[in-house]
Amino acid sequence: MTVDVSLQVNGKAVSAAVDPRTLLVELLRQQLKLTGTHVGCDTSQCGACVVHVDGRAVKSCTMLAVQAEGSSVVTIEGLAQGNTLHPMQEAFRACHGLQCGFCTPGMIMSAVDLLQRNPNPTEAEIRHGLEGNICRCTGYQNIVRAVSTAAAKMRGDSAAA
Amino acid sequence: MHPFEYLRPRDLAAAVGESATGNYLAGGMTLLPSMKLRLTSPEKLIDLSGLPDLVGIQADSAAVVIGAMTRHAEVAASAEVRRLIPALAALAGGIGDPLVRNRGTLGGSLATNDPAADYPGALLGLGGTVVTDRREIAGDEFITGMFSTALEPGELIVRVKFPVARRAAYVKFPSPASRYAMVGVFVAETATGVRVAVTGAAACAFRLTAFEAALQKAFAVESLEGLGVSGDGYNQDLHGSAEYRASLVPVMARRAVAAALAR
Repeated sequence: MTVDVSLQVNGKAVSAAVDPRTLLVELLRQQLKLTGTHVGCDTSQCGACVVHVDGRAVKSCTMLAVQAEGSSVVTIEGLAQGNTLHPMQEAFRACHGLQCGFCTPGMIMSAVDLLQRNPNPTEAEIRHGLEGNICRCTGYQNIVRAVSTAAAKMRGDSAAA
Repeated sequence: MHPFEYLRPRDLAAAVGESATGNYLAGGMTLLPSMKLRLTSPEKLIDLSGLPDLVGIQADSAAVVIGAMTRHAEVAASAEVRRLIPALAALAGGIGDPLVRNRGTLGGSLATNDPAADYPGALLGLGGTVVTDRREIAGDEFITGMFSTALEPGELIVRVKFPVARRAAYVKFPSPASRYAMVGVFVAETATGVRVAVTGAAACAFRLTAFEAALQKAFAVESLEGLGVSGDGYNQDLHGSAEYRASLVPVMARRAVAAALAR
C-alpha cells in the first residue's frame, strides 16, 4: 500500500507515492536524489540528517515522509543562492569547521535554525544549540567559531571577518 | 520497520475510534526509533498531527494548560509558561536536544512514561492533572510503573493542567550522550504544600515524602541536610549504578531548592 504525499522541497512542489514506512530522509535521498542530507546513525543520535520542516530543524531519519504532508522542507541544497554560499556555509569553510564533512550538512542546518531563534548567541548557547549534532573530527572548536562568525556576519557587525 | 497502515484523522472522535487496532503517533521521538529497531510493530499508526485542538497553551494566574500535541520547543519558548512556571519552561528546554524538542510532544512523553523522561517529574512535582478524551487523571495516579500509566487502551491525552507554583525548579544530571535524566529532581512550593519528585532514578517518577516534610517546615537548602535515599530498586545500567543514582538524588534536590529560591 502506498500513500500520496505532497510537500515543498527547497521551494519546489513535490509529490510522491510512498510506503508509509518511508522515512523523510529516504524520500529526500532516494526518490528526490538530494543526497546532501546524510544518514549517520539511523538511531536519532547523530544529527547528520537534520533538515528544516516548516522552519524548524528536525532529524529526518526520525520522521516519516507522510508526516511531512503539506510541509515546506529545506535541505542543505536549498541554502546557497546559486553559486553564493549561505553565510553559515561560508563561515564553516573559512573557519575550518569541518574535516571529513560527514556531519556538516546537519551541523549547518541546526546552526541556521539556532540563529533564526537567537541571532546573537553566546558560546554556551551555541554549544547547547548543537547538542543534537555529533562531530567525530573537529572537537567542535572550529564549528562553534564558525557559527559565531556567521552570526556576526548575518547581524551585519562591521567587525565580522 | 515492519509495514503498517497510516491514518491522519481530522477529528478526535475519529482518532479514538481507530485506536482498537492502532497506535497513536504524536511526535514519534520514542515510537519511530522503537519501530525501526522492531521493538514494537503496530499494524496501524494514527497520526495525531491533524488535530489542531490538541495544540496550544492557555494560562491564567492559577494554572497553565498545555495541549497534548504541543512540542517541547513551544513550551520552552512560551512567554506565559516562562512567566508563570519558569521551572516548566526550563524543563521543556532541556529535554533531549533542539531537534528532539522541535518534534517531541508533552502528551507523547507522558503517555510513553520513559523512566528517564523529564515531564513525569513536572507532572508529579507540580501536582498536575492529565485530561483525556474521557476523564481527568491526577498526576499522582497517572504514573503507575516503567513505561506504564493509568491510561486505558485507546485513551488519548488531550491536555495537561499544571497548577502555578509559588516557586519551583527542576535540576537534572543528564546522561552526557542522550541528555536523558540520570536523576532529575523537581521541587515546588505549591498551594497544597511542598512537592519533591524524582525522575530517572527508578522504574518511574516518584515523590520523596521525607524531603517534602523537611522542606514544608522551612523551604531552604539546609532543611535537606542529612537526608538521603537508600537506592533500593533504583535503575542500574552502563551509565551508572543504583548507588550512584541514589547519591545524585539529594544533590539534585539541594540544587533544585537553591534554584527555586534564586528565581
